Amino acid sequence: MAMNYSDLVIDHFTNPRNVGEIPDADGIGEVGNMKCGDIMRMYLKIKDDVVEDVKFKTFGCGAAVATSSMATELIKGKPLSEVIKLTNAAVVEALGGLPAIKVHCSVLAEEAVKAALYDYYTRKGLPLPEGIEAPCNGDCAHCCSH
Amino acid sequence: MQVYADNAATTKVSQTAIDALLPCLTDKYGNPSSIHSFGQAASREMENAREIIARCLNADPKEITFTSGGSEADNQALLSAAAAGEKKGKKHIISTAFEHHAILHTLDKLSKQGFRIELLPVYQDGIVRLEDVEKAIGEDTALVSIMYANNEIGTIQPISEIGALCKEKGVPFHTDAVQAAGHLFIDVKVQNIDMLSLSGHKFHAPKGSGVLYVRSGSVPLVNVIEGGAQERGKRAGTENIPGIAAMAAALKESCENLDANAAKVSAMRDRLIQGLEQIPESVLNGHRTNRLPGNVNFCFKGIEGESLLLMLNLAGIAASSGSACTSGSLDPSHVLLSIGLTHEVAHGSLRLSLSEYTTDEEVDHILATVPTVVERLRAMSPVWESMQKGK
Repeated sequence: MAMNYSDLVIDHFTNPRNVGEIPDADGIGEVGNMKCGDIMRMYLKIKDDVVEDVKFKTFGCGAAVATSSMATELIKGKPLSEVIKLTNAAVVEALGGLPAIKVHCSVLAEEAVKAALYDYYTRKGLPLPEGIEAPCNGDCAHCCSH
Repeated sequence: MQVYADNAATTKVSQTAIDALLPCLTDKYGNPSSIHSFGQAASREMENAREIIARCLNADPKEITFTSGGSEADNQALLSAAAAGEKKGKKHIISTAFEHHAILHTLDKLSKQGFRIELLPVYQDGIVRLEDVEKAIGEDTALVSIMYANNEIGTIQPISEIGALCKEKGVPFHTDAVQAAGHLFIDVKVQNIDMLSLSGHKFHAPKGSGVLYVRSGSVPLVNVIEGGAQERGKRAGTENIPGIAAMAAALKESCENLDANAAKVSAMRDRLIQGLEQIPESVLNGHRTNRLPGNVNFCFKGIEGESLLLMLNLAGIAASSGSACTSGSLDPSHVLLSIGLTHEVAHGSLRLSLSEYTTDEEVDHILATVPTVVERLRAMSPVWESMQKGK
């Protein structure tokens, strides 16, 4: 298979979990930009400090789609106290690894979740937990440095 | 169904090439530099191949130098012409923005050595303009190097006109004919080509052999590989006799069937173009007809190329893309950017390159598959969603 993706990555790419939109989402985060070639949009439905539902849409390579899909699986049904601790390393590990030049895509998945959380906390007027900050300004060099 | 639609990357080795290759492994395995009968048999095989290739190009056998492939031929052509120019105080080289990296990276190297590199635009249709070449040529021009046909978008350059112009101006003219050889008419005399690079594996010979043609008395070759006295001392290393024999047989076969293959393949190309442009928000890249018989290149807005390739691969279709993710860099293909595409659109490119081995059934399979895959990827694309809402 192209790019030496693992079977699990290919599975998440071909049958991505939680694709779509949530019309009445409580938090929406979008990260990446077109120049870089990867854009992720993450929708969260939050009830009683738990991620009740999550959907995503991704424009990007196989790894970008697979990491988005895995990130949604990792946070669905989880309390926010756990979700804010999501790391790209955890997403990569859950996927059984990524080719070295594709690891940066997992950073985008983590950032998409955090951008959606930022939106949620800001909308609610709640104090931002540690590690949740305004999403990237479009300078994707730090995500996309190969 | 498995469909190979990446013939611009490399081709299947033809039976003709295999038949020419095998005896060089089993019987004529000598080193052509050896004086014994084994060596001499190999040497005869090589000189026979040189004659065949020379005939295909309308060149003289002594004007043919065997190389490891197109990249080496391009490197040697440019470095030799630059060295010859420098001796006359000429340090200006004209080329185009969408050359292969074998050309562009060698030009970068020459630029660092003080050469002034002028890359001409190729416009939206992917074709360089003769008047731009004419305007660019000056007293200090050491070389004009313009590819015969582009590897990504397949557009064919006005090589005969540029050759005539360069002859009139007394400037050496090199063409990277890697995509053209075996697929398009080549006559180095009629077209006034001083130097030409080609690569065997683009016309059904194995990887690892190429040719640099240099017109006698035009540009003295400078060695890229130093060592033994092979190739009149201009290219060291024991010659790849099996590859060379196979390349000659494959080129001869391709040239003999050039018109028939072009008619057959371009009919399939046009059917693909007409079918794929039915997909909403699709853009054909490069001139519609003035392109290689087997080249189809589209951008589908709102989707990304690597995803597209993976999905197509799972559906049995082997293709390529100029997206950043497939190029291994941040930027999409320089070729697509050179014809004025934005990064956004260039990320969603698809190149399908056919050969005479492609069948109508395979074209049907591509036409049935690509629209579904594009639709599926668009359904999960936030970019497509924004485009739709923006309407």
